[in-house]
Amino acid sequence: MSAINDATLFSLRLSLQVATVATVLVMLVGISVAYILARKDFRGRVLLDILITLPLVLPPTVTGYYLVILFGRNGFIGRFFYDLTGWSIMFTWYAAVLASFVVALPLMIKTARAAIESVDKNLINASYSLGHSELETVFKVILPLSRKGIIAGVVLSFARALGEFGATLMIAGNIPGRTDTMPLAIYTLANSGEWSTANFMVLFLTLISGFFLYITNRVGMRAV
Amino acid sequence: MSILLCFLSFLVLGGRYAEATESLTVSAAMSLKNAFEDIGRVFEAKHRGVKVYFNFAGSGTLSRQIESGAPVDVFASASVRYMDNLERKGLIIKASRRNFAGNSIVLIVPSTSRLQVSSILGLLNAGVRRIAIGNPGTVPAGEYAKEVLKHFELWGKLRDKLIFAGNVRQVLDYVARGEVDAGMVYASDAGTRPDDVKIAAEVPAESHSAVVYPAAVVKGTGSKALAGEFIDMVTSENGQKILKNDGFKPLGKERP
Repeated sequence: MSAINDATLFSLRLSLQVATVATVLVMLVGISVAYILARKDFRGRVLLDILITLPLVLPPTVTGYYLVILFGRNGFIGRFFYDLTGWSIMFTWYAAVLASFVVALPLMIKTARAAIESVDKNLINASYSLGHSELETVFKVILPLSRKGIIAGVVLSFARALGEFGATLMIAGNIPGRTDTMPLAIYTLANSGEWSTANFMVLFLTLISGFFLYITNRVGMRAV
Repeated sequence: MSILLCFLSFLVLGGRYAEATESLTVSAAMSLKNAFEDIGRVFEAKHRGVKVYFNFAGSGTLSRQIESGAPVDVFASASVRYMDNLERKGLIIKASRRNFAGNSIVLIVPSTSRLQVSSILGLLNAGVRRIAIGNPGTVPAGEYAKEVLKHFELWGKLRDKLIFAGNVRQVLDYVARGEVDAGMVYASDAGTRPDDVKIAAEVPAESHSAVVYPAAVVKGTGSKALAGEFIDMVTSENGQKILKNDGFKPLGKERP
Protein backbone atom coordinates (compact mmCIF):
# COMPACT_ATOMS: atom_id res chain seq x y z
CA MET A 1 0.00 0.00 0.00
CA SER A 2 1.67 3.14 -1.20
CA ALA A 3 -0.88 5.13 0.78
CA ILE A 4 1.00 4.51 4.01
CA ASN A 5 3.77 7.08 4.24
CA ASP A 6 5.49 8.83 7.12
CA ALA A 7 2.83 11.51 7.38
CA THR A 8 0.08 8.89 7.55
CA LEU A 9 1.91 6.94 10.23
CA PHE A 10 2.48 10.13 12.18
CA SER A 11 -1.25 10.96 12.09
CA LEU A 12 -2.10 7.41 13.12
CA ARG A 13 0.31 7.48 16.04
CA LEU A 14 -0.75 10.97 17.09
CA SER A 15 -4.44 10.05 16.97
CA LEU A 16 -3.91 6.99 19.14
CA GLN A 17 -1.75 8.97 21.54
CA VAL A 18 -4.27 11.82 21.82
CA ALA A 19 -7.23 9.47 22.19
CA THR A 20 -5.45 7.33 24.80
CA VAL A 21 -4.36 10.23 26.98
CA ALA A 22 -7.76 11.91 26.64
CA THR A 23 -9.53 8.66 27.55
CA VAL A 24 -7.42 8.15 30.67
CA LEU A 25 -8.28 11.68 31.79
CA VAL A 26 -11.92 11.16 30.86
CA MET A 27 -11.97 7.99 32.99
CA LEU A 28 -10.50 9.71 36.03
CA VAL A 29 -12.64 12.82 35.84
CA GLY A 30 -15.70 11.19 34.30
CA ILE A 31 -16.15 8.40 36.81
CA SER A 32 -15.62 10.78 39.74
CA VAL A 33 -18.13 13.28 38.41
CA ALA A 34 -20.57 10.50 37.49
CA TYR A 35 -20.37 9.21 41.06
CA ILE A 36 -20.95 12.67 42.50
CA LEU A 37 -23.90 13.33 40.19
CA ALA A 38 -25.41 9.92 40.89
CA ARG A 39 -24.94 9.78 44.64
CA LYS A 40 -24.72 13.33 45.98
CA ASP A 41 -27.24 16.06 46.27
CA PHE A 42 -25.84 19.57 46.27
CA ARG A 43 -26.58 23.06 45.03
CA GLY A 44 -25.72 23.51 41.38
CA ARG A 45 -25.95 19.81 40.59
CA VAL A 46 -28.26 20.37 37.65
CA LEU A 47 -26.10 23.22 36.39
CA LEU A 48 -22.97 21.07 36.58
CA ASP A 49 -24.77 18.31 34.74
CA ILE A 50 -25.85 20.69 31.97
CA LEU A 51 -22.44 22.34 31.65
CA ILE A 52 -20.66 19.03 31.35
CA THR A 53 -23.21 17.58 28.93
CA LEU A 54 -23.25 20.63 26.64
CA PRO A 55 -20.32 19.50 24.45
CA LEU A 56 -22.36 16.43 23.60
CA VAL A 57 -25.01 18.50 21.85
CA LEU A 58 -23.10 21.64 20.86
CA PRO A 59 -21.49 21.73 17.44
CA PRO A 60 -17.80 20.89 18.03
CA THR A 61 -16.85 24.23 16.50
CA VAL A 62 -18.76 25.99 19.27
CA THR A 63 -16.97 23.89 21.87
CA GLY A 64 -13.71 24.78 20.11
CA TYR A 65 -14.66 28.45 20.15
CA TYR A 66 -15.12 28.34 23.92
CA LEU A 67 -11.84 26.47 24.34
CA VAL A 68 -10.00 29.16 22.37
CA ILE A 69 -11.65 31.90 24.43
CA LEU A 70 -10.62 30.11 27.62
CA PHE A 71 -7.24 28.65 26.73
CA GLY A 72 -5.89 30.84 23.90
CA ARG A 73 -2.76 32.85 24.60
CA ASN A 74 -5.00 35.78 25.45
CA GLY A 75 -7.82 33.64 26.81
CA PHE A 76 -9.20 33.91 30.32
CA ILE A 77 -7.17 30.95 31.60
CA GLY A 78 -4.59 30.83 28.82
CA ARG A 79 -3.36 34.37 29.48
CA PHE A 80 -2.68 33.62 33.11
CA PHE A 81 -0.85 30.48 32.11
CA TYR A 82 1.15 32.23 29.41
CA ASP A 83 2.24 35.06 31.71
CA LEU A 84 3.33 32.53 34.28
CA THR A 85 5.14 30.02 32.10
CA GLY A 86 5.54 31.57 28.65
CA TRP A 87 3.81 28.51 27.27
CA SER A 88 0.48 28.23 25.53
CA ILE A 89 -1.48 25.10 24.78
CA MET A 90 -2.61 26.41 21.39
CA PHE A 91 -1.29 24.46 18.39
CA THR A 92 0.21 21.70 20.54
CA TRP A 93 -0.89 18.09 20.76
CA TYR A 94 -2.02 18.80 24.31
CA ALA A 95 -4.66 21.06 22.78
CA ALA A 96 -5.91 18.08 20.78
CA VAL A 97 -6.08 16.11 24.04
CA LEU A 98 -8.02 18.93 25.68
CA ALA A 99 -10.51 19.09 22.81
CA SER A 100 -11.00 15.31 22.79
CA PHE A 101 -11.32 15.28 26.56
CA VAL A 102 -14.04 17.92 26.67
CA VAL A 103 -16.01 16.34 23.85
CA ALA A 104 -15.73 12.75 25.12
CA LEU A 105 -16.32 13.51 28.81
CA PRO A 106 -20.14 13.66 28.65
CA LEU A 107 -20.28 10.22 27.03
CA MET A 108 -18.33 8.76 29.94
CA ILE A 109 -20.37 10.59 32.54
CA LYS A 110 -23.74 9.69 31.02
CA THR A 111 -23.00 5.96 30.79
CA ALA A 112 -21.14 5.69 34.10
CA ARG A 113 -23.79 7.67 35.93
CA ALA A 114 -26.59 5.45 34.65
CA ALA A 115 -24.59 2.39 35.69
CA ILE A 116 -23.84 3.74 39.16
CA GLU A 117 -27.46 4.75 39.69
CA SER A 118 -28.61 1.26 38.82
CA VAL A 119 -26.51 -0.37 41.55
CA ASP A 120 -28.81 -1.89 44.16
CA LYS A 121 -29.07 0.59 47.06
CA ASN A 122 -29.38 -2.26 49.55
CA LEU A 123 -25.91 -3.48 48.66
CA ILE A 124 -24.47 -0.02 49.18
CA ASN A 125 -26.24 0.35 52.52
CA ALA A 126 -25.07 -3.11 53.53
CA SER A 127 -21.48 -2.11 52.78
CA TYR A 128 -21.78 0.96 54.97
CA SER A 129 -23.46 -0.92 57.81
CA LEU A 130 -20.65 -3.49 57.69
CA GLY A 131 -18.33 -0.64 58.52
CA HIS A 132 -16.83 0.12 55.10
CA SER A 133 -15.85 3.71 54.46
CA GLU A 134 -17.24 5.57 51.46
CA LEU A 135 -14.02 5.04 49.51
CA GLU A 136 -14.02 1.31 50.26
CA THR A 137 -17.65 1.09 49.26
CA VAL A 138 -16.89 2.83 45.97
CA PHE A 139 -14.02 0.53 45.06
CA LYS A 140 -15.38 -2.72 46.46
CA VAL A 141 -19.08 -2.44 45.73
CA ILE A 142 -20.19 0.37 43.47
CA LEU A 143 -17.50 0.34 40.77
CA PRO A 144 -17.35 -3.47 40.40
CA LEU A 145 -21.13 -3.59 40.06
CA SER A 146 -21.25 -0.81 37.48
CA ARG A 147 -18.18 -1.91 35.53
CA LYS A 148 -20.09 -2.80 32.39
CA GLY A 149 -21.52 0.67 32.01
CA ILE A 150 -18.11 2.10 32.78
CA ILE A 151 -16.40 -0.08 30.18
CA ALA A 152 -19.00 0.95 27.62
CA GLY A 153 -18.36 4.59 28.55
CA VAL A 154 -14.62 4.18 28.16
CA VAL A 155 -14.94 2.54 24.76
CA LEU A 156 -17.37 5.19 23.51
CA SER A 157 -15.14 7.96 24.86
CA PHE A 158 -12.10 6.52 23.14
CA ALA A 159 -13.97 6.26 19.85
CA ARG A 160 -15.25 9.81 20.18
CA ALA A 161 -11.79 11.11 21.11
CA LEU A 162 -10.29 9.34 18.12
CA GLY A 163 -12.80 10.98 15.81
CA GLU A 164 -12.68 14.52 17.23
CA PHE A 165 -12.41 17.10 14.45
CA GLY A 166 -14.07 20.49 14.93
CA ALA A 167 -12.86 21.54 18.36
CA THR A 168 -9.41 20.13 17.60
CA LEU A 169 -9.19 22.12 14.38
CA MET A 170 -9.94 25.32 16.26
CA ILE A 171 -7.63 24.94 19.22
CA ALA A 172 -4.83 22.72 17.91
CA GLY A 173 -4.84 24.08 14.37
CA ASN A 174 -4.09 21.55 11.68
CA ILE A 175 -0.33 21.62 11.73
CA PRO A 176 1.21 18.96 9.49
CA GLY A 177 3.58 16.79 11.46
CA ARG A 178 2.42 18.19 14.77
CA THR A 179 -1.30 18.36 15.37
CA ASP A 180 -2.82 16.74 12.32
CA THR A 181 -4.67 13.81 13.81
CA MET A 182 -6.27 11.37 11.37
CA PRO A 183 -9.59 13.22 10.96
CA LEU A 184 -7.73 16.47 10.27
CA ALA A 185 -5.23 14.82 7.94
CA ILE A 186 -8.10 13.25 6.00
CA TYR A 187 -9.72 16.67 5.62
CA THR A 188 -6.48 18.21 4.37
CA LEU A 189 -5.83 15.34 1.97
CA ALA A 190 -9.34 15.50 0.56
CA ASN A 191 -9.02 19.27 0.18
CA SER A 192 -5.87 18.91 -1.82
CA GLY A 193 -7.23 16.03 -3.85
CA GLU A 194 -4.98 13.30 -2.44
CA TRP A 195 -7.79 10.81 -2.00
CA SER A 196 -5.63 7.72 -2.38
CA THR A 197 -3.46 8.72 0.58
CA ALA A 198 -6.57 9.31 2.68
CA ASN A 199 -7.93 5.86 1.89
CA PHE A 200 -5.84 4.01 4.44
CA MET A 201 -6.84 6.33 7.28
CA VAL A 202 -10.51 6.31 6.30
CA LEU A 203 -10.49 2.53 6.23
CA PHE A 204 -8.64 2.33 9.54
CA LEU A 205 -11.05 4.70 11.30
CA THR A 206 -14.06 2.88 9.88
CA LEU A 207 -12.79 -0.52 11.00
CA ILE A 208 -11.73 0.59 14.45
CA SER A 209 -15.01 2.44 15.05
CA GLY A 210 -16.99 -0.61 13.96
CA PHE A 211 -14.87 -2.72 16.29
CA PHE A 212 -15.63 -0.37 19.20
CA LEU A 213 -19.36 -0.54 18.51
CA TYR A 214 -19.09 -4.32 18.50
CA ILE A 215 -17.34 -4.22 21.89
CA THR A 216 -19.94 -1.88 23.42
CA ASN A 217 -22.71 -4.09 22.10
CA ARG A 218 -21.11 -7.18 23.57
CA VAL A 219 -20.59 -5.49 26.94
CA GLY A 220 -24.12 -4.11 26.82
CA MET A 221 -25.61 -7.52 26.05
CA ARG A 222 -23.88 -9.11 28.97
CA ALA A 223 -24.95 -6.28 31.20
CA VAL A 224 -28.62 -7.01 30.59
CA MET B 1 -45.80 28.41 19.80
CA SER B 2 -45.16 31.98 18.77
CA ILE B 3 -41.47 31.15 18.47
CA LEU B 4 -42.36 28.31 16.15
CA LEU B 5 -44.52 30.66 14.06
CA CYS B 6 -41.70 33.18 13.84
CA PHE B 7 -39.36 30.44 12.72
CA LEU B 8 -41.77 29.17 10.09
CA SER B 9 -42.52 32.60 8.69
CA PHE B 10 -38.79 33.25 8.58
CA LEU B 11 -38.34 30.12 6.50
CA VAL B 12 -41.15 31.05 4.13
CA LEU B 13 -40.05 34.67 3.70
CA GLY B 14 -36.41 33.66 3.43
CA GLY B 15 -37.31 31.22 0.69
CA ARG B 16 -39.28 33.81 -1.25
CA TYR B 17 -36.42 36.26 -1.02
CA ALA B 18 -33.95 33.75 -2.43
CA GLU B 19 -36.36 32.83 -5.22
CA ALA B 20 -36.86 36.34 -6.51
CA THR B 21 -33.22 36.92 -7.40
CA GLU B 22 -30.82 35.76 -10.04
CA SER B 23 -27.58 34.82 -8.41
CA LEU B 24 -23.89 34.71 -9.14
CA THR B 25 -21.42 32.63 -7.13
CA VAL B 26 -17.90 33.97 -6.92
CA SER B 27 -15.14 31.83 -5.43
CA ALA B 28 -12.41 34.24 -4.46
CA ALA B 29 -9.11 34.15 -2.62
CA MET B 30 -9.55 34.96 1.06
CA SER B 31 -7.39 38.08 0.75
CA LEU B 32 -9.96 39.57 -1.62
CA LYS B 33 -12.72 39.43 1.00
CA ASN B 34 -13.21 43.10 1.82
CA ALA B 35 -12.53 44.43 -1.66
CA PHE B 36 -14.78 41.90 -3.37
CA GLU B 37 -17.60 42.43 -0.92
CA ASP B 38 -17.46 46.11 -1.78
CA ILE B 39 -17.33 45.37 -5.49
CA GLY B 40 -20.21 42.93 -5.02
CA ARG B 41 -22.36 45.66 -3.52
CA VAL B 42 -21.63 47.99 -6.42
CA PHE B 43 -22.37 45.14 -8.82
CA GLU B 44 -25.69 44.36 -7.13
CA ALA B 45 -26.64 48.04 -7.24
CA LYS B 46 -25.96 48.08 -10.99
CA HIS B 47 -27.76 44.81 -11.69
CA ARG B 48 -31.14 44.94 -9.99
CA GLY B 49 -32.37 41.58 -8.81
CA VAL B 50 -28.94 39.98 -8.90
CA LYS B 51 -27.52 38.54 -5.70
CA VAL B 52 -23.78 37.84 -5.54
CA TYR B 53 -22.69 35.01 -3.26
CA PHE B 54 -19.05 34.89 -2.25
CA ASN B 55 -17.13 31.80 -1.35
CA PHE B 56 -13.88 32.95 0.23
CA ALA B 57 -11.13 30.46 1.04
CA GLY B 58 -7.55 29.59 0.20
CA SER B 59 -7.17 29.58 -3.59
CA GLY B 60 -5.98 25.97 -3.52
CA THR B 61 -9.09 24.88 -1.68
CA LEU B 62 -11.29 26.80 -4.11
CA SER B 63 -9.61 25.39 -7.20
CA ARG B 64 -10.02 21.90 -5.75
CA GLN B 65 -13.72 22.58 -5.23
CA ILE B 66 -14.06 23.68 -8.83
CA GLU B 67 -12.24 20.56 -10.00
CA SER B 68 -14.78 18.51 -8.07
CA GLY B 69 -17.62 20.26 -9.84
CA ALA B 70 -18.64 22.99 -7.40
CA PRO B 71 -21.36 25.19 -8.95
CA VAL B 72 -19.27 28.33 -9.22
CA ASP B 73 -19.52 31.10 -11.83
CA VAL B 74 -16.34 33.12 -11.24
CA PHE B 75 -12.98 32.12 -9.82
CA ALA B 76 -10.53 34.74 -8.56
CA SER B 77 -7.22 33.33 -7.36
CA ALA B 78 -4.30 34.80 -5.44
CA SER B 79 -1.88 32.83 -7.55
CA VAL B 80 -1.59 32.18 -11.26
CA ARG B 81 -0.59 28.60 -10.48
CA TYR B 82 -4.08 27.49 -9.47
CA MET B 83 -5.64 29.30 -12.41
CA ASP B 84 -3.13 27.70 -14.81
CA ASN B 85 -4.04 24.33 -13.36
CA LEU B 86 -7.77 24.87 -13.98
CA GLU B 87 -7.07 26.24 -17.45
CA ARG B 88 -4.99 23.17 -18.32
CA LYS B 89 -7.85 20.97 -17.23
CA GLY B 90 -10.27 22.97 -19.34
CA LEU B 91 -12.35 24.09 -16.37
CA ILE B 92 -12.33 27.83 -17.05
CA ILE B 93 -13.27 29.86 -20.11
CA LYS B 94 -9.84 30.85 -21.37
CA ALA B 95 -10.94 34.02 -23.13
CA SER B 96 -12.45 35.41 -19.93
CA ARG B 97 -9.22 35.19 -17.95
CA ARG B 98 -7.77 38.50 -16.72
CA ASN B 99 -5.11 39.50 -14.22
CA PHE B 100 -6.67 42.22 -12.13
CA ALA B 101 -4.42 43.04 -9.19
CA GLY B 102 -1.09 42.57 -7.49
CA ASN B 103 -0.05 42.51 -3.87
CA SER B 104 3.01 42.46 -1.67
CA ILE B 105 3.94 40.36 1.34
CA VAL B 106 4.55 41.86 4.76
CA LEU B 107 5.78 40.52 8.05
CA ILE B 108 3.35 41.36 10.84
CA VAL B 109 3.45 41.11 14.62
CA PRO B 110 0.68 41.70 17.18
CA SER B 111 0.25 45.44 17.82
CA THR B 112 1.10 44.83 21.48
CA SER B 113 4.29 42.97 20.64
CA ARG B 114 7.48 44.18 22.25
CA LEU B 115 9.70 41.94 20.18
CA GLN B 116 12.49 43.54 18.18
CA VAL B 117 11.64 42.29 14.74
CA SER B 118 12.35 44.71 11.94
CA SER B 119 13.31 42.39 9.11
CA ILE B 120 12.78 38.82 8.01
CA LEU B 121 16.04 37.85 9.71
CA GLY B 122 14.54 39.18 12.94
CA LEU B 123 12.46 35.99 12.96
CA LEU B 124 15.60 34.28 14.31
CA ASN B 125 15.11 36.30 17.50
CA ALA B 126 14.68 33.78 20.33
CA GLY B 127 11.56 35.59 21.50
CA VAL B 128 9.81 34.57 18.29
CA ARG B 129 8.43 31.16 19.16
CA ARG B 130 5.59 30.77 16.72
CA ILE B 131 5.29 32.11 13.21
CA ALA B 132 2.08 31.70 11.24
CA ILE B 133 2.02 31.36 7.48
CA GLY B 134 -0.62 29.97 5.15
CA ASN B 135 -0.38 26.26 4.45
CA PRO B 136 1.86 26.28 1.35
CA GLY B 137 -0.12 23.34 -0.05
CA THR B 138 -3.38 25.24 -0.47
CA VAL B 139 -2.76 28.89 0.41
CA PRO B 140 -0.88 31.08 -2.08
CA ALA B 141 0.20 33.50 0.68
CA GLY B 142 1.80 30.51 2.37
CA GLU B 143 3.52 29.52 -0.84
CA TYR B 144 4.97 33.02 -1.20
CA ALA B 145 5.96 33.00 2.48
CA LYS B 146 7.73 29.69 1.99
CA GLU B 147 9.64 31.16 -0.97
CA VAL B 148 10.65 34.11 1.19
CA LEU B 149 11.88 31.90 4.02
CA LYS B 150 13.78 29.72 1.55
CA HIS B 151 15.27 32.80 -0.10
CA PHE B 152 16.66 33.93 3.26
CA GLU B 153 17.67 30.36 4.10
CA LEU B 154 15.38 30.34 7.11
CA TRP B 155 12.95 27.61 6.07
CA GLY B 156 14.94 24.81 7.70
CA LYS B 157 15.88 26.86 10.75
CA LEU B 158 12.35 28.04 11.50
CA ARG B 159 10.53 24.88 10.41
CA ASP B 160 9.60 23.94 13.98
CA LYS B 161 8.18 27.37 14.75
CA LEU B 162 5.85 27.52 11.78
CA ILE B 163 2.10 27.28 12.28
CA PHE B 164 0.23 26.59 9.05
CA ALA B 165 -3.14 28.27 8.64
CA GLY B 166 -5.99 27.31 6.31
CA ASN B 167 -6.10 30.71 4.64
CA VAL B 168 -4.35 34.04 4.86
CA ARG B 169 -6.99 35.68 7.06
CA GLN B 170 -6.46 32.94 9.61
CA VAL B 171 -2.79 33.91 9.72
CA LEU B 172 -3.90 37.49 10.28
CA ASP B 173 -6.27 36.38 13.03
CA TYR B 174 -3.66 34.26 14.80
CA VAL B 175 -1.34 37.29 14.89
CA ALA B 176 -4.13 39.70 15.86
CA ARG B 177 -5.13 37.48 18.77
CA GLY B 178 -1.52 37.14 19.83
CA GLU B 179 -1.60 33.36 19.50
CA VAL B 180 1.58 33.60 17.43
CA ASP B 181 4.46 36.08 17.58
CA ALA B 182 4.65 36.88 13.89
CA GLY B 183 3.10 36.01 10.57
CA MET B 184 3.31 36.69 6.88
CA VAL B 185 0.29 38.08 5.07
CA TYR B 186 -0.45 40.39 2.15
CA ALA B 187 -0.07 44.11 2.70
CA SER B 188 -3.79 44.42 1.93
CA ASP B 189 -4.65 42.00 4.77
CA ALA B 190 -2.55 43.85 7.32
CA GLY B 191 -4.56 46.96 6.46
CA THR B 192 -7.86 45.37 7.50
CA ARG B 193 -6.92 45.12 11.19
CA PRO B 194 -4.65 48.10 11.86
CA ASP B 195 -5.56 48.12 15.56
CA ASP B 196 -4.54 44.53 16.17
CA VAL B 197 -1.45 44.03 14.05
CA LYS B 198 1.48 46.14 12.96
CA ILE B 199 3.77 45.70 10.01
CA ALA B 200 7.23 44.79 11.27
CA ALA B 201 8.84 44.66 7.85
CA GLU B 202 8.02 44.79 4.18
CA VAL B 203 9.22 41.64 2.48
CA PRO B 204 11.56 42.35 -0.47
CA ALA B 205 9.65 41.64 -3.68
CA GLU B 206 12.62 39.82 -5.24
CA SER B 207 12.52 37.15 -2.52
CA HIS B 208 9.33 35.59 -3.87
CA SER B 209 7.47 35.22 -7.16
CA ALA B 210 5.22 38.10 -8.12
CA VAL B 211 1.81 38.14 -6.44
CA VAL B 212 -0.67 38.33 -9.29
CA TYR B 213 -4.44 37.82 -9.02
CA PRO B 214 -6.16 36.29 -12.05
CA ALA B 215 -9.93 35.90 -12.45
CA ALA B 216 -11.87 33.83 -14.96
CA VAL B 217 -15.36 32.59 -15.72
CA VAL B 218 -15.76 28.96 -14.73
CA LYS B 219 -16.78 26.62 -17.53
CA GLY B 220 -20.28 25.23 -17.21
CA THR B 221 -21.65 28.34 -15.51
CA GLY B 222 -25.31 29.05 -16.07
CA SER B 223 -24.72 32.80 -16.08
CA LYS B 224 -21.80 33.29 -18.42
CA ALA B 225 -22.70 36.85 -19.41
CA LEU B 226 -23.25 37.98 -15.85
CA ALA B 227 -20.02 36.29 -14.71
CA GLY B 228 -18.13 38.12 -17.47
CA GLU B 229 -19.69 41.39 -16.38
CA PHE B 230 -18.51 40.78 -12.84
CA ILE B 231 -14.92 40.37 -14.04
CA ASP B 232 -15.38 43.51 -16.17
CA MET B 233 -16.39 45.36 -13.03
CA VAL B 234 -13.34 44.11 -11.15
CA THR B 235 -11.06 45.37 -13.91
CA SER B 236 -13.06 48.58 -14.39
CA GLU B 237 -11.82 51.89 -13.07
CA ASN B 238 -14.30 51.66 -10.21
CA GLY B 239 -13.25 48.14 -9.27
CA GLN B 240 -9.58 49.02 -9.48
CA LYS B 241 -10.17 52.00 -7.22
CA ILE B 242 -11.76 49.77 -4.58
CA LEU B 243 -8.87 47.31 -4.82
CA LYS B 244 -6.33 50.11 -4.58
CA ASN B 245 -8.06 51.56 -1.52
CA ASP B 246 -7.82 48.16 0.13
CA GLY B 247 -4.08 48.00 -0.40
CA PHE B 248 -3.80 46.00 -3.62
CA LYS B 249 -1.32 47.00 -6.27
CA PRO B 250 -2.70 47.89 -9.71
CA LEU B 251 -1.63 45.91 -12.75
CA GLY B 252 -2.41 48.39 -15.53
CA LYS B 253 -0.51 46.53 -18.21
CA GLU B 254 -2.43 43.28 -17.93
CA ARG B 255 -5.74 44.86 -18.83
CA PRO B 256 -6.81 44.32 -22.41
